[in-house]
Amino acid sequence: MRTAATKDASTKDAATKDAATKVAATGEVATFEVILKIRRNNPEASGEHEAGAGYWQEFRVKVHSTERILDALHTIKWEQDGSLTFRRSCAHGVCGSDAMRINGRNRLACKALIKDLHPSRPITIEPIQGLPVLKDLIVDMEPFFASYREIMPFLMPSGDAPKRERLQSPEQRARFEDTTKCILCAACTTSCPVFWTDGQYFGPAAIVNAHRFIFDSRDDAAWERLEILNDRDGVWKCRTTFNCTDACPRGIQVTEAISQVKRALATHRV
Amino acid sequence: MTHYEYDVVIVGAGGAGMRAALESSQRSKTAVLTKLYPTRSHTGAAQGGMAAALSNVEDDNYEWHVYDTVKGGDYLVDQDAAEIMCREAIDAVLDLEKMGLPFNRTEDGKIDQRRFGGHTREHGAAPVRRACYAADRTGHMILQTLYQQCVKQKVEFFNEFYVLDLILSKNPQSAKKGAKVSVTGVVALELATGEIHTFSAKSVVFATGGAGKVFKTTSNAHTLTGDGMAIALRAGLPLQDMEFFQFHPTGLYGLGILLSEAARGEGGILRNSEGERFMERYAPSIKDLAPRDVVARAIAREVREGRGCGPKKDYVLLDLTHLSPEHIDEKLPDITEFARTYLGVEPHTEGVPTYPTAHYAMGGIPTTVNGEVLRNATETVDGLYAAGECACVSVHGANRLGTNSLLDINVFGRRAGAAAAAHAAKAPQPSMPAHAAARVVGIVERLLAGTGDASSPRPGDIRSELQEAMDRDAQVFRTAESLTHVQAKVPGLKERFARATIQDKGRRFNTDLLEAIELGFLLDLAEVILAGALAREESRGGHFREDFPTRDDKKFLKHTLAYATPTGVTLDYKPVVITKYVPKERVY
Repeated sequence: MRTAATKDASTKDAATKDAATKVAATGEVATFEVILKIRRNNPEASGEHEAGAGYWQEFRVKVHSTERILDALHTIKWEQDGSLTFRRSCAHGVCGSDAMRINGRNRLACKALIKDLHPSRPITIEPIQGLPVLKDLIVDMEPFFASYREIMPFLMPSGDAPKRERLQSPEQRARFEDTTKCILCAACTTSCPVFWTDGQYFGPAAIVNAHRFIFDSRDDAAWERLEILNDRDGVWKCRTTFNCTDACPRGIQVTEAISQVKRALATHRV
Repeated sequence: MTHYEYDVVIVGAGGAGMRAALESSQRSKTAVLTKLYPTRSHTGAAQGGMAAALSNVEDDNYEWHVYDTVKGGDYLVDQDAAEIMCREAIDAVLDLEKMGLPFNRTEDGKIDQRRFGGHTREHGAAPVRRACYAADRTGHMILQTLYQQCVKQKVEFFNEFYVLDLILSKNPQSAKKGAKVSVTGVVALELATGEIHTFSAKSVVFATGGAGKVFKTTSNAHTLTGDGMAIALRAGLPLQDMEFFQFHPTGLYGLGILLSEAARGEGGILRNSEGERFMERYAPSIKDLAPRDVVARAIAREVREGRGCGPKKDYVLLDLTHLSPEHIDEKLPDITEFARTYLGVEPHTEGVPTYPTAHYAMGGIPTTVNGEVLRNATETVDGLYAAGECACVSVHGANRLGTNSLLDINVFGRRAGAAAAAHAAKAPQPSMPAHAAARVVGIVERLLAGTGDASSPRPGDIRSELQEAMDRDAQVFRTAESLTHVQAKVPGLKERFARATIQDKGRRFNTDLLEAIELGFLLDLAEVILAGALAREESRGGHFREDFPTRDDKKFLKHTLAYATPTGVTLDYKPVVITKYVPKERVY
């Protein structure tokens, strides 16, 4: 639970924000110190920690006001503790490697600006929830991708392929455009309370990817996918908490996409 | 340690690797080994489009595309290869559409096309709409679509298996002329367990991507460390044209994140501190849509001559403010969000600070048009293939045109996959020598040994020093002096790297180890880039020597082949294939 900011903390936050604003104006980059409180877990015993035992570790790190959580994690890894382990690749929010729980909310570390995270207080960083932790911030993604594969995430047109492209109007394309943005980072699925408690639930990302094909005018297997999602572990498990929509780093209207799938099932119309 | 046997092993699961896998897995037992989950590959970061002369929105033909590619590459392009690429481009785009790729559409439902730098009609007359696109996330859509098809075809992936060595039947440098050198397989580190495995394969396809991390300011992912190129180099194979590195004109200031050329294709304009559209001076006919090398140099020159923007006068502005906000949001949603997220700049109303960023290696592992890897200027390695950015066909010559790399990975990924499968159908299963993993075990155990105390050099420090030196001395402008300066630093960095240790001593998910190994690859590649750049005393495409500011076709209309030998990097050359287009002065 987040407690209300103390007066002192909010003043500091404001100062940090001021510093950041100044950066844009002057080109001078302000630096300040933050504390990252990171949930760690080493599958091999190390020091006083048993193999697989979770624990918290705090790191103090100097950051620039323009930096992101990923930059701070790199500073720790490259200058303080090389054993700190996390996935990352593109570092600008398109590859989906570095979804993690930051101050209690799922985000991509490379898109989370430190100055926006109340840096006067320790920033907590944990692995995304509901998937087995393998080491520090790395989780086992296989169950996530298994759900994705189950909804048949590929175009299934019927009939012979035309010589040129299949025609599709801009309006037809607009129906599923939003869900094509998914980068399979799992931020939505691992923010879903139903997914946390029910290991069988497909989770929002799989439904998003089903939506991408169900509403594609070129696809002819909508009902096969809808049948899968009509299952007891399917779309009806969604309790419309909107966590997924809040968590999506691509701004996909995940809950709306799930609602459209529910509506298609309820009305028998795509 | 487990030993695996496959017909075809593909290393890397970006666009080229997965396109190859879609071909080969239908015909032969195929494994794809990838250090990242496939959908994490950097193909997904490509933005603006994929070139093909579809003529969907205006008259175009593939021959104009060939011409543009050859001229854009400053005549270092092998013209036979460019012709294949541009001719097959049309089917490559249509194939992707049939796989489900959600291209933007015209009002009549066809694939829409937009303008892009260096792509013209009638041999330079005016910009042409040739880039097929999906908003500013075309690479994302290609990566997702290819992955979807791999799921459909049940392609076998070994995710987070990091290939660290290539095993050949004999050392290609000591093999006699005419002797057969063939592929045996690869050695890989499984990240989850730290175990080292061997894979015997009749055919191996390298599709490991680029090496942008040799520079500090780069649009490339942290993981783009030139692994495949360096592995080939260490196995005794040459690398071609590595001195040609593309600096993309519009990297987000201070971060290097790519801002697609599509921004200019959609009407964006570059302005200096005086508000001047300075590209009018550098490329009077196609202005902001000149090829990337021309625009990158123009930006660097504006800044150098004091016409940069901001308090340090060290960037220019990408101006979209004259475009309607709806148009920007529809056609360029991602890059405008990058500007908002990372710089707090609103592109609807403000110019976006940009500066060139290391983007693309034109050079790489030399191949034929079927992806077969060359071991010298004329002979191939039996069963070894490469495609995509790690390869050099060469269709990009001295400077790649925008939208030609998404094309390259699809055309040559497919060709390499097909050739690998065809080769596997007639080749025997190679047997791995007993000591095959020895070199990798040596590297891993050396880094895991040692105390990792304060006295041993830290890989992170060595990497930063290398990247900073490369940015300072081997970027858009180069001279013998600057190149010699950075070249003199590398042996010291290598010596420190040989003594470096890592802090994580565990076996499982040891990314500390992974990053150290990657650094070793970057150091090897920096040497090759610098040796080639120093020897090439001319300016061509992405390689600009201030001390030799003009192109010198008499001496340098040839490809560089660099070999790592016990005495250092040695250079050889290979002729450029010229069919139709006689080298001319390059004017835009």
